[in-house]
Amino acid sequence: MPEMKYIGGYPEYMRELIKKVEKTRMKRKDYEPPAMSKKEREDTLKIHPDYAEGGKRKISVGPNKGEIAPNELADLLEAYPIIEENEVDLSRVDYDVDVLIIGGGLAGTSAALWANDQGISSQKILLANKLRHGDANSMMAEGGTQAADRPNDSPLIHYLDALGGGHFTNKPEVLQALAKDAPLIMNWLLEMGAIIDRDENGDFVERSGGGTSINRMHACRDYTGMEELRVMRDKFRNRDFQYLEYYPAVELLTEENGKVSGAVLWNCETGDYKVVRAKATIMATGGFGRLHIRGFPTTNHYGATCDGVILSYRAGAKLRDVDTVQYHPTGAAFPQQIVGLLLTEKLRSMGAQPVNKDGEAFVFPLEPRDVEAAALIKECYINEKGIITPTGMRGVWLDTPLIELKHGEGTIEKNFPGMFRMFNRCELDMRKDPLLVFPSLHYQNGGVETDPKGHTNVEGLFVGGEVSGGVHGKNRLMGNSTLDCMVFGRRSGINAAKYAKKAKKPGKLTLNHMKNYSSTLKKAGIKPERRAPILLPDYRGKAVLARMIDIF
Amino acid sequence: MKEKKSIMDRIAESNRSVTSGIDEKDIKNWVNIYIMGKAYKVPAGVTIMQAMEYSGYRFVRSAGCRAGFCGACATVYRKAGDYKLQSAMACQTRVEDGMFLVQIPFAPAEKASYDIHKEKYDTNVFYKYYPSLAKCVSCNTCTKSCPQDLEVMDYIQAAIRGDFETVAEESFDCIQCGLCAIRCPAEIVQYHVAQLGRRMYGLYGCETPGHLTQRVKEIQEGKFDKDFENILKKNKKELEKMYAEREREKD
Repeated sequence: MPEMKYIGGYPEYMRELIKKVEKTRMKRKDYEPPAMSKKEREDTLKIHPDYAEGGKRKISVGPNKGEIAPNELADLLEAYPIIEENEVDLSRVDYDVDVLIIGGGLAGTSAALWANDQGISSQKILLANKLRHGDANSMMAEGGTQAADRPNDSPLIHYLDALGGGHFTNKPEVLQALAKDAPLIMNWLLEMGAIIDRDENGDFVERSGGGTSINRMHACRDYTGMEELRVMRDKFRNRDFQYLEYYPAVELLTEENGKVSGAVLWNCETGDYKVVRAKATIMATGGFGRLHIRGFPTTNHYGATCDGVILSYRAGAKLRDVDTVQYHPTGAAFPQQIVGLLLTEKLRSMGAQPVNKDGEAFVFPLEPRDVEAAALIKECYINEKGIITPTGMRGVWLDTPLIELKHGEGTIEKNFPGMFRMFNRCELDMRKDPLLVFPSLHYQNGGVETDPKGHTNVEGLFVGGEVSGGVHGKNRLMGNSTLDCMVFGRRSGINAAKYAKKAKKPGKLTLNHMKNYSSTLKKAGIKPERRAPILLPDYRGKAVLARMIDIF
Repeated sequence: MKEKKSIMDRIAESNRSVTSGIDEKDIKNWVNIYIMGKAYKVPAGVTIMQAMEYSGYRFVRSAGCRAGFCGACATVYRKAGDYKLQSAMACQTRVEDGMFLVQIPFAPAEKASYDIHKEKYDTNVFYKYYPSLAKCVSCNTCTKSCPQDLEVMDYIQAAIRGDFETVAEESFDCIQCGLCAIRCPAEIVQYHVAQLGRRMYGLYGCETPGHLTQRVKEIQEGKFDKDFENILKKNKKELEKMYAEREREKD
């Protein structure tokens, strides 16, 4: 088969299709399709992977028995533990701490700093990471962080925007905390020396995001999460905390009365384990993108495998809103080596439009994410107006050159240096050519149910960030995830510290909850085929796996 | 409803090569590479990281965000017939025929410990914590090794001059992979110097917007508490109405 001819990063036939986008561009500069009515939104959502038939089932065991979850999540909830009780000697405690934090993204790192500020010594706090400290979805957040700090804005409008975006399913008192704390978090970031985009007067540059009515998106170029996390990680490293890397939690530890009192960590390089006894445990493990729900590619980092939800659930924690999944409307669909990667919503905030193969703008660019994603799927698979890639994926154009038309030359390089760099590596110039996009699995909307203080229903167990459920309801808005991490990282850190100060020394450590859960699985007739947490996905080639011999 | 189900299946099918391991029967073009000295035939057009996975490596180290932000997958390689050592991020770089590659899973560089609130905003802060800065011979090896194409040597020179703004500006897109420090003959830890410089600039070189200070004060004084009390009492219908009627600010 002859190799395909590429011109400026695109195969010839796509290059031809781009001409249609160029033809309508000037007209579209001052036109965008109107926002959908409630009815139109509802109709469009029928094709969203959350609502399209199949893909889900009832959870058959545990606190949320009978509720609906995606099959990939239900599979892990209905899976047996990866350790056996007799493999672990709980009488030898390796770390005896006040606060154990599992997960070192924005939520976990915030929690550590604030727990320390409450007077818990940094040597009595342990931060355990599955990968390196900071290898987290937080690091990849591009678009921004919401905070209602301008005079024409208010935390109440922020609240209302998020509530409507979440289809009024958010837990009100938790969402209130998010909106009210946001400006305080912004101030905290500045105190740590974070560099947030400013205009020539020194004011924040604040932009809109899907579903926001007032411009309140604060960005750090397109490295927002990276800037936020690296300043707080730097502060963390200045304070002599205990932390472990490549030590995922493989099971929580409980006492006779069910209270969570630490975890078993596993060294994923040497295979040995550590027993951590803790007065309070904060779960901050992030989400489940790497489960590839419904076979979608993902924007998420390598370790996003839902570990925290699985472990908390076994210990008795209630989940909520796990039936919905956020698909980011604009994941990369071409070229093959970056399929699924995030193309931030900020592109659309600044004027880029989704355009079909005939060069038509077919959707208001800033619908809430679920509506926007569904509209893109509909355009590709029902209206048949998508562009098919050489590997058979479908996508629509995201007309990025409009950004430069609207805001002047150089805007893309200045505002999206990371993305500009990424596409340059693919020999694509996003200033001149549109990008091809398709929804990509982005965010776990629900999770372990939290209250405004980061408490779960299980004593001794706190949550913060994507692992938790409630604040976003069934759909999160852009700019509320990094914010969630910092608001509830802080709140869980403060409250875990308070709790630890009052708590007695933990009693006898057990794996009773794990044993009980396994016997419940057995009673429900579930065969011991699946084990969880999975810790990391497996992308090894099929040919190699077929010839593998397990010797050591 | 049968049609809808098939749409989801069709989507899943078209994504298979990125959601599970690559199947060789889907591959048309191949390249030959060397991973830590061993030869492998791998699909053309995939990243170094995907090629290593295709070859049977399952990463624990040297893989993080897989999107060019975290700096975990720093890779050093050489091309056939070329003496130059090159560096890149494995998740962001396509494999090329004849690549000899190895991954750098960890940079053992020392980070200084400091409290930026106790430091003075002048160049001494750099020398105090990173005295090796004075040894920079302007060889530009750091710049050449940067997978983000940053002007690393320029910001190091800016740090020597005490120009915090340039340090911050030029180093802003640093993903802290550590390749610069590993290659530096003067053993400067450029990416840590930059982190110190950025935080100092963020704290001392940028003003806090007045409206933020004002809003923080309002929140602490409880200005919005009563309104929140009211809104929390509203039923779904009332909230839907408020949501539908809210005004949209133009960008």
